[in-house]
Amino acid sequence: MSRWLGVSVVLLCTLLALALVGAMLVLPDAPVRLPGEVAQRLGESGVDHAVTAVLLNFRGYDTLLEVAVLLLALLGMLAAGVAPLRPAPFAADPLLVALARTLAPLMVLVAGYLLWAGAFRPGGAFQAGAVLAAAGVLLRLAGFLPAWNAPALHLRVLLAAGFALFLLVAAAGLYFGAMLRYPQPGAGALILAIETGLTLSLGLILAGLFLAGPETPRARGGA
Amino acid sequence: MNAFDMLLALALLLTAWRALAASDLFKGSVLFIVFGLLMAIAWARLTAPDIALAEAAIGAGLTGALLLDAVGHLRVGRRPRAQGSTEDGA
Repeated sequence: MSRWLGVSVVLLCTLLALALVGAMLVLPDAPVRLPGEVAQRLGESGVDHAVTAVLLNFRGYDTLLEVAVLLLALLGMLAAGVAPLRPAPFAADPLLVALARTLAPLMVLVAGYLLWAGAFRPGGAFQAGAVLAAAGVLLRLAGFLPAWNAPALHLRVLLAAGFALFLLVAAAGLYFGAMLRYPQPGAGALILAIETGLTLSLGLILAGLFLAGPETPRARGGA
Repeated sequence: MNAFDMLLALALLLTAWRALAASDLFKGSVLFIVFGLLMAIAWARLTAPDIALAEAAIGAGLTGALLLDAVGHLRVGRRPRAQGSTEDGA
């Protein structure tokens, strides 16, 4: 009985896969050539890199909501409370401690570079934030950072700051014309300001997914 | 498409399959990180350096750290319960 069930599941999945591949093959050509459109209006976006222009200007709404989703995920985690399941006390490896001491400042430097480079070459807030978060995880593993049992006020403010700044700029655009439409001469500076805020907040949010949890008594043993 | 790309595609499929099929969670997580790094190289080969950066940093690095942390939690959480009850099928 279960064997027939398995066979029919495999058969149905194969049919579905074939149908999907077939649908992909007969897909009509896109009515608009987006790369061309982006390249044409790149000068108006305030940055020289097409990906950053799309993420922060042309499709800024998507990025805004994406940041909101990440913030909500962390808030949900903090609100639900993490199960107190980290009793394994660890004394950080001296090698790891030395490595973290050397790497963490470099990672902060790389994050700053990625943030700045985003305006004219591959880089940007998400990548910079991820590098910052990785530095946070490394420092946590080496025992330099405590776990977040309950984030203090300044930490909570910084967590929300990037999203709040983005939302503020978007709403200000609504007052002056359309949502997320930047004023023409200052678009580059506004995008850089938003990206700076996003880098800090995203770094904290992504690191928070790892750091959130109760403090263990000997977690700082290696420091 | 040259030999390197073929090798990369094969390695991607292989690591993806091994990561999914691994019975040991730790092994599966490490294979997932390997998959993420190979995927980053694949994005770079497809001339999408932005996605390659994000994949390496978020896909391989942070998600890998989270998965390994979760494996650690599961191991710690399972040990004391295994003596009391075996109802959860552990």
